[in-house]
Amino acid sequence: MKDPAPLRWLLIALALAFLGLFVGLPVVTVFVEAFRNGPGAYFDAIKEPDTLSAIKLTLLTAGIAVPLNVVFGVAAAWLISKYRFPGKSALLTLIDLPFSVSPVIAGLVFVLLLGARGVFGPWLEAHDLHVIFAAPGIVLATVFITFPFVTREVLPIMQELGSDEEEQALTLGARGWQILLRVTLPKVRWGILYGVILCNARAMGEFGAVSVVSGHVRGETNTIPLQVEILYNEYNLSGAFAVASLLTILALVTLVAKKLIELRIRTHRP
Amino acid sequence: MRDGRRILPGFGLTMGFTLFYLSLVALIPLTAVFFKTSTMTWERFVAAVTDPRAVASYELTFGASLVAALANLVFGFMVAWVLVRYTFPGKKLIDALVDLPFALPTAVAGVTLTTIYSKNGWLGAPLEALGVHAAYSRLGIVLALTFVGLPFVVRTVQPVIEGLDPAMEEAAASLGAGRAATFRRVILPVALPSAVTGFTLAFARAVGEYGSVVFISGNMPLRTEIVPLLIVTKLEQFDYAGATAIALVMLVASFAMLFVINALQGRIKR
Repeated sequence: MKDPAPLRWLLIALALAFLGLFVGLPVVTVFVEAFRNGPGAYFDAIKEPDTLSAIKLTLLTAGIAVPLNVVFGVAAAWLISKYRFPGKSALLTLIDLPFSVSPVIAGLVFVLLLGARGVFGPWLEAHDLHVIFAAPGIVLATVFITFPFVTREVLPIMQELGSDEEEQALTLGARGWQILLRVTLPKVRWGILYGVILCNARAMGEFGAVSVVSGHVRGETNTIPLQVEILYNEYNLSGAFAVASLLTILALVTLVAKKLIELRIRTHRP
Repeated sequence: MRDGRRILPGFGLTMGFTLFYLSLVALIPLTAVFFKTSTMTWERFVAAVTDPRAVASYELTFGASLVAALANLVFGFMVAWVLVRYTFPGKKLIDALVDLPFALPTAVAGVTLTTIYSKNGWLGAPLEALGVHAAYSRLGIVLALTFVGLPFVVRTVQPVIEGLDPAMEEAAASLGAGRAATFRRVILPVALPSAVTGFTLAFARAVGEYGSVVFISGNMPLRTEIVPLLIVTKLEQFDYAGATAIALVMLVASFAMLFVINALQGRIKR
């Protein structure tokens, strides 16, 4: 059933105009603004010590948050796909929570709990532990924001593939860990990678939650997105966009990797 | 799984770990909001929550999110339709780009959209000539929220259109239905539930959004101040109780939306 050609062209034109306006134009703008003062200024902005320390903190944060969430994601997906138990749908709703809680509130809860005036604030202070307005708080807020990603990608694959092979391994005498490492993980490895890529993109790019707990100390508690904000608010537009271009490249790489894995998952499925 | 028996090992371990991790990362921190609110007197809570500045920010946040989600409903449906039904050069690339708002950090989206729509920007300048202030206005907020919610409707509707049986449309046409009637009576009833799910997801995302909006909104109390920003402002003024009271209102709204989304998705599966 084909639509008449004029309608077809009109719809294609409208859809492309909408995407061009909201997706294409912003990507182009980032790079145009970043190179406005030439490649020299671009690389100088990125080599700036505060920017480098922001990059380091972002890598550290993602380096902790992503592996933690992979372990959680696999455990939760195993739990939900392999067993029946009461409260399963409530658990699933709970796992989706960060998708609908404002990032600002995600930051706020950690301030209320661990900040200087928070529930555990005095205790932390007495032990000279700095969580809020320091790196640990940034990691915690990032873990909160990104914990559903791996579960959400691995769970449907585990559910679709079923548990027959795991049960066969069990009857052949395999132990739990052996089943996980030798049977289940190889089956869902592309799903895990998919989740890791999405989780990482969000972990490196998170702004609202991190902004609330970071304290914005230049060169110390700034991640890359916070560094973009600071440079932008100082009217250093080309600097802000140079740093923003790093995150834009990350986003584009994420999209390409995501597409490749989607193809891979599709062709490897029976 | 069969007969509800737990054949595979690891139930206790994965259940224990999943609940431990969720409690540590999400549940305990979220209860801090309720704990903090319970230390306020009822009068103080009501005063904080019904303050004119707070009420104006609820109206703005929910209103702008609604407009943005409606724009995404219409254009997202169109984009999904065009991507599934038509062929044109560059389609694969465009399909991949639809996910960009998921991958691009919100701070980058914020500074970029602001630059495009500010008075001297590529689109801001011509709009200004027409007397429309795009940046630092409510229109700017809607534009940013449309960007962050863009992929949801496309990605929920796309698989449904892919799964439509062309024979149904042909049958409708052979029975004398025009293209418009076929769309309204055959296609829309099948695709509408997932479109509504996508709409709700986009709306929920927009309500909590912070990073992309703070740059473009101008942040004027009573006029262009969204709820997440009001929470941050109160935190920066060390009004923790006030920030928490408003956060509680937002959390309750989030839980309600999460409930609606789960109910909708449950209905589609059945």
